[in-house]
Amino acid sequence: MNVNRQLCHVNLAGLAPVLRTGLMLLLLALVGCASGPNANPRDPLEPFNRGVYQFNDAVDAAVLKPVATAYQTVTPVPVQRGIGNFFENLKTPWSFINNALEFKGQAAIASLMRFAVNTTIGLGGIFDVATDINIEKHTRDFGHTLGYWGVPPGAYLVLPLLGPSSVRDTVAVPADLMAGLLTYVDNVPLRNSLWALGFVDERSKWLKASTILEEAALDKYSFTRDAYLQRRRNTIYDGNPPEEDSQDMAPATPDVSEPLEEEKVKP
Amino acid sequence: MNVRTISRLFITLVLGASSLLAIPAVAADEAADAFIKRVSTEVLDGIRADQSLRSGEISRIITLVDTKIMPNVDFRRMTASAVGPAWRQATPEQQKRLQDEFKILLVRTYAGALTQVTNETVVVKPMRAAPEDKEVVVRTEVKVRGDAIQLDYKLQQTPGEGAGWKIFNMNVLGVWLVETYRSQFAQEVNAKGVDGLITTLTDRNKANAKKA
Repeated sequence: MNVNRQLCHVNLAGLAPVLRTGLMLLLLALVGCASGPNANPRDPLEPFNRGVYQFNDAVDAAVLKPVATAYQTVTPVPVQRGIGNFFENLKTPWSFINNALEFKGQAAIASLMRFAVNTTIGLGGIFDVATDINIEKHTRDFGHTLGYWGVPPGAYLVLPLLGPSSVRDTVAVPADLMAGLLTYVDNVPLRNSLWALGFVDERSKWLKASTILEEAALDKYSFTRDAYLQRRRNTIYDGNPPEEDSQDMAPATPDVSEPLEEEKVKP
Repeated sequence: MNVRTISRLFITLVLGASSLLAIPAVAADEAADAFIKRVSTEVLDGIRADQSLRSGEISRIITLVDTKIMPNVDFRRMTASAVGPAWRQATPEQQKRLQDEFKILLVRTYAGALTQVTNETVVVKPMRAAPEDKEVVVRTEVKVRGDAIQLDYKLQQTPGEGAGWKIFNMNVLGVWLVETYRSQFAQEVNAKGVDGLITTLTDRNKANAKKA
């Protein structure tokens, strides 16, 4: 399972030109951004990011969440599952390429096999046969590949509609969008419909979970940010990142747990 | 969606919490990875067997947490670590309130997902640690429908107490629970002090209870 930004990238393929322009404007806007007091060193653009976050949240509350809720209510579960599988399958070729770019032969082959099996036996990806025969998922996007080869994430960024990201991952977004198979559907109304369906499908999977976020976080913005940054770093190190300087994580709050931790934890 | 990225963590965090649900049998000090494996398996089995828990009865879930999870967790240390430097300045009464409210927050938050346990299995990864290590990391994967959810634990030795190990931090998909709450709590403490944090937690718990 991967918690993925790239899910949206694929599904947003229909919006690609708009997004490209938007991202350029965004980067221009960032130049003028000041950092607030008590800034987290990884989030120098916090005031700006909070603005975008609120915008995304408002769009979600007004449009995405209600639509996804309705979709989940009216669509039979097997149909929902089929639609979810279909969109999941579409991003497998890009995972194959990125695994290959990271020289992960086994993961690349597994991705290729998943796509082959699900596209054929799984009737165009509607049935996830590959999972049933235990071919593992290794979802990867281009930002991951850049990170794997040592490109640092840079400042934390919240992108309009796409959500949490970083300078590095934002630079990778156009490549992910180009790789979205929906980009190559020529029929525009069909492409846009598929895009919209993919987006609704994706949002509907997280209805319960987003309610949980509302309850668990004292500040949703920083909770999301801190979890995103940890999570992204973790996947780039394949689940085994080196211990971080605790200063990075909590600038003003060294660990004072009791008993005092004198010994470093060894993995 | 920003919400999506994080939200999946919670579902899986619950699997983590759930895997702590078991009373250690007898305190022959077992290896840390064996401890996690045994507890995880017992917990998953326990949830599957409990129909009223799975139908979402909150009191049932809280009882389970108190009797089965908490004995395996050093919750005082978790709370202290999440609260940060302010913990040392807090009175014993404040420290108790912080622990109580933090626990309720976590239990309520994850209760919903606890009820979703189906056919998950837990695989403990090979561990590298010397026998004399007082603190170790145990890495596991929860297998669900083709996905492998990373779930790691930090444990400290507690000779002669419980099973000989207690969990003091947990990591779901690479996100450490204590570290994530540390900046949440720091924001509150910096703005409103320890009592402010207690009030915020209490209010949040009341609001969550109403929603449920």
